[in-house]
Amino acid sequence: MHIVVASGKGGTGKTLVAANLAFVLSGEKEVTLEDCDVEEPNLHLYFPSSVESETVNIRIPKVDEAACTLCGRCSEACRYGAITTLKDRVLLFPDLCHSCGACALACPALAIEEVERPVGVVEISFPEPGLKLISGRLNEGEVQTVTVIREVKKRAEGDPLVIADAPPGTSCPLVETLEGCDYCVLVTEPTPFGLHDLTLAAEVVRIMGIPAGVIINRNDGKDRDIVEFAEAHSLPVLMSIPLDTEIARIHNNGDLFCREIPEWKDKFVALGNDLATRAIRVLP
Amino acid sequence: MIRMAVVSGKGGTGKTVFAASLAELLPGRKILVDADVDASNLPLLLSPKTLWERPFFGMERARIIPEQCLSCGACRDACRFGAIQLIDNQYRVDTLRCEGCAACTLVCPAEAVVMEPHQCGVISCGSTDSGPLVYAHLFPGEGNSGLLVYELKKIASKREADYDLMLVDGPPGTGCPLISTVSGMDMVIVVTEPSVSGDHDLKRVIGVANRFHPRVRVVINRADLNPERSESIETFCREHQIPIIGRIPFDKSVIHSVRMGIPISRTKGPASEAIHTIASNIAQELG
Repeated sequence: MHIVVASGKGGTGKTLVAANLAFVLSGEKEVTLEDCDVEEPNLHLYFPSSVESETVNIRIPKVDEAACTLCGRCSEACRYGAITTLKDRVLLFPDLCHSCGACALACPALAIEEVERPVGVVEISFPEPGLKLISGRLNEGEVQTVTVIREVKKRAEGDPLVIADAPPGTSCPLVETLEGCDYCVLVTEPTPFGLHDLTLAAEVVRIMGIPAGVIINRNDGKDRDIVEFAEAHSLPVLMSIPLDTEIARIHNNGDLFCREIPEWKDKFVALGNDLATRAIRVLP
Repeated sequence: MIRMAVVSGKGGTGKTVFAASLAELLPGRKILVDADVDASNLPLLLSPKTLWERPFFGMERARIIPEQCLSCGACRDACRFGAIQLIDNQYRVDTLRCEGCAACTLVCPAEAVVMEPHQCGVISCGSTDSGPLVYAHLFPGEGNSGLLVYELKKIASKREADYDLMLVDGPPGTGCPLISTVSGMDMVIVVTEPSVSGDHDLKRVIGVANRFHPRVRVVINRADLNPERSESIETFCREHQIPIIGRIPFDKSVIHSVRMGIPISRTKGPASEAIHTIASNIAQELG
């Protein structure tokens, strides 16, 4: 079973839900927790542990100047402006390269080979018994967010229970994270911002045909708009977490509130069971 | 024209509430940009009256013409993004995965793959009490957010002669849209919060912003909620000579103003007061 915790809007409590759910369930079974928010990964802050680190590389072109005829086909083929042919040489802009390989395909002189360039890392750790954490981190200044997410997911292939913390937003990094999952938990907050961005994220999961439910975080009781939206779109409200300074204090200090407040541990166990039945029901 | 962006790294630290207040409080003629094109929230506080709308076309996308396709699979093998799949005996392009590189067109022996324009969002311009607001709606699941941010900034830059300040509300993260936001900015204000994630994400986003050499300033939102974490952020900023230009206290009237759909600066309270002080300090710095 593969569950993604997403939100659209940042800062609604995705990481809080993913970290606590994985922690509670890992007491009973093997859990793999993925940090797919590779631009700003935070899960490792809640699970400090020694990590095994692997570099994520992309392939970028390297021009063999002796073989190059300066015909300019590579520059014509590149749609990202990453390779320019001058009078006397070919100029590369590695930051712009999408690693598509079109330049090498277009070169009639076979003068382009592809070499590896690091864009991020994947860190694997086992911070709790039964818990495997796979964190992706995009290097500062890089744009290959999706590549790093893909590498995170590769390392969880075949694992029985995967919980993924998604990036904010509604574009390609979220799509890559959601690809192939069984169920999506949408975490929101009862504000117009929360509702607006929930609407967009719910549209992404609808387009992708992924069943989903909603968790309302920092709920101060003014949740009518969210509940009405959820009902109108057949999204069950899976849990409500109150606006509570104690929960905020524990989480902001990098601790798990399920570890500190036993009542919440039970609630997350129940959430896990609920998700298991919902995800199984929709499997073909 | 001075170019200023409000960013955060971590989402939900209060960027948009802060940016909407700056839009109201900073002096001079302003043009506003909401660069969080995935989930644009500034319009919810500034209520723009639409002046115009236009489609946004990102990179072209591949399409396979079934009548010409020989089903050889060369396109699928060339695609590094897994965007071409054989479904019901026909090779098809998944437009959400296609990055528009056109490698498939280079390998097709039958010229059966064509590149076509693809609309992936809408760009809007509206008038607000604080000046025109340029913003966008990227269709759910689409890519090209960095390109869209670039387009929004280009539209605002064209009016350079008419405005004193371009104020940009940035996206979360450190990737494509964030880099597109901070490039060319004179000043980048990072809004953070005193939590382990806020602290961690602040450092990363400053690392990225510094590559473009703007003046970087930090605002700690909800600073009083966790004095210990606030202190750790202050220490980091001191050590790296990054000025902290304000501390905003936790204030329940912020959430109330968001629900009313107005900038907090129009109300009275400790958060509003702090933001007024920050805005006048920024105005002074900019002269």
